[in-house]
Amino acid sequence: MSMPSSEKKKSGFIQWVDERLPVFTFINKELVDYPTPRNLNYWWNFGSLAGIVLVIMILTGIFLAMFYTPHVDHAFNSVERIMREVNYGWLIRYIHMNGASIFFIVVYIHMFRGLYYGSYKAPRELLWILGVVIFLLMMATAFMGYVLPWGQMSYWGATVITNLFSAIPIIGDPIVTWLWGGFSVANPTLNRFFALHYLFPFLIVGVVFLHLIALHQHGSNNPLGIDAKKPGDKIPFHPYYTVKDLLGLGVLLMVWGSFVFFAPNFFGEPDNYIPADPLVTPEHIVPEWYFLPYYAILRSVPDKLGGVVLMFSAVFILTLMPWLDRSPIRSARFRPLYKILFWIFLVNCLILGWVGSQKPEGLPLILGRIATVYYFIHFLGLVPLLNRIERPQPLPDSLQKKSPSVEKSGDCS
Amino acid sequence: MNHRFLREIFIVFLNLLISDEPWANQQPPLPQEKWSFDQVFGTYDRAELQRGFQVYQQVCSTCHGLSHISYRHLKALGFSEAKIKAIAAQKEGKPSDYFPNPFVNEKAARAANNGANPPDLSLIIKARKEGPHYVKALLKGYIEPSVGIQLAPGMSYNLYFSGHQIAMAPPLSDNLVQYADGTPATVDQMAHDVVTFLAWASEPEMEERKHLGVKILTYLLVFTVLMGLVKRRTWRRLEE
Repeated sequence: MSMPSSEKKKSGFIQWVDERLPVFTFINKELVDYPTPRNLNYWWNFGSLAGIVLVIMILTGIFLAMFYTPHVDHAFNSVERIMREVNYGWLIRYIHMNGASIFFIVVYIHMFRGLYYGSYKAPRELLWILGVVIFLLMMATAFMGYVLPWGQMSYWGATVITNLFSAIPIIGDPIVTWLWGGFSVANPTLNRFFALHYLFPFLIVGVVFLHLIALHQHGSNNPLGIDAKKPGDKIPFHPYYTVKDLLGLGVLLMVWGSFVFFAPNFFGEPDNYIPADPLVTPEHIVPEWYFLPYYAILRSVPDKLGGVVLMFSAVFILTLMPWLDRSPIRSARFRPLYKILFWIFLVNCLILGWVGSQKPEGLPLILGRIATVYYFIHFLGLVPLLNRIERPQPLPDSLQKKSPSVEKSGDCS
Repeated sequence: MNHRFLREIFIVFLNLLISDEPWANQQPPLPQEKWSFDQVFGTYDRAELQRGFQVYQQVCSTCHGLSHISYRHLKALGFSEAKIKAIAAQKEGKPSDYFPNPFVNEKAARAANNGANPPDLSLIIKARKEGPHYVKALLKGYIEPSVGIQLAPGMSYNLYFSGHQIAMAPPLSDNLVQYADGTPATVDQMAHDVVTFLAWASEPEMEERKHLGVKILTYLLVFTVLMGLVKRRTWRRLEE
């Protein structure tokens, strides 16, 4: 074990600053010496990866904003100008555009990891809820960002989604008018979406800091889901996890780069390269892939208000997870039934995603309705009841002791 | 307008929820062609680009704009500065000018085209699913409608167009242009060339993008392998 670096000799200047403003002590405590469970697997990489993606998105976004014009007459052309005339504008824009999808891939993996290993359980409930808040802010940011190029999908996606609020009884219509800043999606809408799209990432940064404070209060959960008790259960974050995170970053950047350079429009809809036209509706309005499961839930209800309520509930229900799951065991490794439920739930989400991409009729519609019902049964029925019938496997007593079942189990590690 | 507009949007929305195929026009699968710009290392064939430009200029440009392209961009096609100057001069322009639109505004365009507005072609390849295949299929897809299909006056029947009824008359016929390089100007050849040209117009950065991509991914691969080695080495300390 390396000597805690806070005890290493500091240079005079750093010492001087640190006595007055303890930034170096803080960095040391939270990023260098920070004790981390020694047994984290690669699924634990995605938290720091999400943070790095956020920074890259903000940086590329700031440069895009220098050239983008948030006006209905100029937005589409200003994006094309970035693509064609601005030096490496295409690169910045494709990084940002694909970055949204990469961000959601990373965050979805991060969330499912939390669900699998019970990272939402005491004492990490607020950590989990802050994560859901970040997720909600991300969804709002991504939605508004997608509107900015002012293509056909931008315009019609904005129209459909903002219209959801008109389902609210009595005050629905005034709310929609208020959101639009007029009587249809138009220039005021684009202007405010741009302003908010620039603002929200910084709100996300704020909540990410809260998320980290909550995380560092008790430290990371780990694949065994038990608390570190013995000396040596935890190791300093640097160099062990800094280097592991850099390895993960390398892999992520390769995936991201493959899309940016060789399939930049893979996640996009061709219709968004047609300038917005309020008089022509696209044949098939679909949101970006990361919204598809929620879109499927929305459309599986034959009542507009019901669909909207259910769609938002599907996200908010996540915040209740720490109280719906009553099992004291965190990790699914020791919960044979929850482990099965987890995988069914994951597949169910993928089915919802597929359904969301299809026209709502025939098989997709029926499948979507079944999957929607199952989504809520999972949270409200199966997870709470599971604790009564499940017989968890015995827990190991140390993060270091390797019981045979842990070594050989093929799950997630 | 607000109420009617809202209602219309809601109807669209309802259609999405409960429709029985409001968009019921089946298109056959697109013929899959080979393109010079396919794959990781594909580039635009310069001869195809130049011929495609000729087709655009002599045929398409009568009705379709190419508003995001300027004469100076044609350098990428392999034209010399003098040649670009000459091309611009044909339309009384300078190399720094953008291609002029064929109509002064949308109303004029519709008046001249049987009510249809010919779309700008700058992004057409990116703006259609399977863009290159689709545009080429469309250009070659004019057939006699089956018996019983009534076309509105001035409309044509196209196998690949959504709804099959298209306002654009068959634009290509054999030997419609005389290629400067002597290539026989068949409909297939012209369609292929003009699609290559339009693919370039949609993604002029493609060659630079792929080139840079190979370099950056190679760099990232080395970085990742190195980090893998460093990680293994660092973690070995824990076992001791």
